[in-house]
Amino acid sequence: MSKFSVLAATLTLAASLASSAFAADAAFSLSLKDHKFTPAELTIPANTKVKITLKNLDKTTAEFISDDFKGGKLVEGGKEASFFIGPLKAGHYEFHDEYHEAASKSRLIVK
Amino acid sequence: MFSTILIVFREILEASLVVSIVMAATKTVPGRGFWVSVGLTGGAVGAGLVAAFAEVISGWASGMGQELFNAAVMFIAVAMLAWHSIWMGRHGREMVQELGAVGKAVTAGTRSLSGLAVVVGVAMLREGSEAVLFLYGIAAGDPGQTPQMIVGGLIGLAGGVALGGGLYFGLLQISTRRLFSVTNALIIFLAAGMASQGVGFLIAAEWLPAWGDMVWDSSWLIADTSVVGKMLHALVGYTARPAGMQIFVYLATLGLISAMARKFGQPAART
Repeated sequence: MSKFSVLAATLTLAASLASSAFAADAAFSLSLKDHKFTPAELTIPANTKVKITLKNLDKTTAEFISDDFKGGKLVEGGKEASFFIGPLKAGHYEFHDEYHEAASKSRLIVK
Repeated sequence: MFSTILIVFREILEASLVVSIVMAATKTVPGRGFWVSVGLTGGAVGAGLVAAFAEVISGWASGMGQELFNAAVMFIAVAMLAWHSIWMGRHGREMVQELGAVGKAVTAGTRSLSGLAVVVGVAMLREGSEAVLFLYGIAAGDPGQTPQMIVGGLIGLAGGVALGGGLYFGLLQISTRRLFSVTNALIIFLAAGMASQGVGFLIAAEWLPAWGDMVWDSSWLIADTSVVGKMLHALVGYTARPAGMQIFVYLATLGLISAMARKFGQPAART
């Protein structure tokens, strides 16, 4: 974990200095089961472009999407896909599966 | 079932609006029905194929294949729209004068139609493949839901087609003399919107810098996922959170196609 926070801090610094779209990324994993995300609350670093790998453990197709920020992707049942989100300012955001919005509503914490 | 109706409706909506603009833009070109059908059929088959091979496509370019594929498809459509627009600049006046008569412009018209068939196909392919994946997911995950899904899908489809039909017949109310200036403007905006979308995919894949990830945020007013947002997205390329690069490419496409249509459209009297 400490290794990660060093990495995150370096990335944040690099991003703020270079503010390049090609800065290296931090990576996070999410999974979806019974239309619920795990972890239900995802925490990512602020002002950093982050790579999310979503594993869809349901049989139904899902689409990661947020009303608060851009990015996301369609993931077929039983498959996984990666996409980028951010850089985002610190704060709380929501995200969900487009096709099962009520069940899958989750919180993204950026700090 | 209501959510199925809404999801299918939203996916079909964009394709349906594109088709109605193409239909109106080619009002007096003979054989348009055939080419639009070719585009629709090709797009539907393509949507099925893309859905079937979604995983293979996803795997390209270290997981960013879906984005690159979408971008490529968008840019093909932009090229075809630009081509049509430039061709209209040259032949629009003749088409108005000859009003449906089999004129000199027919050969060129048919050629430009094949380009528009590609645009129709691309619109179907993009939006249709998502609808197919969604419906297939329900069928695979919850077979008991399949009958409701089919009914919901059909209602959503009918709704989307009805809205496109509404736009088409609305456009036909415009006098033929002015119709082509209107549809040509719509086509240029359509092209700019698709170019900006294509660039959006390249930014998502990290192939292009964003030049400002989010220049403004108008999602509080019109969200991308709302029906109005989707319609504006299809028609003029609206997005609630555009990247700087997308705005740049949008304006550049508008300017470039307008300039080329004017430049190459000049010698219309000669042919």
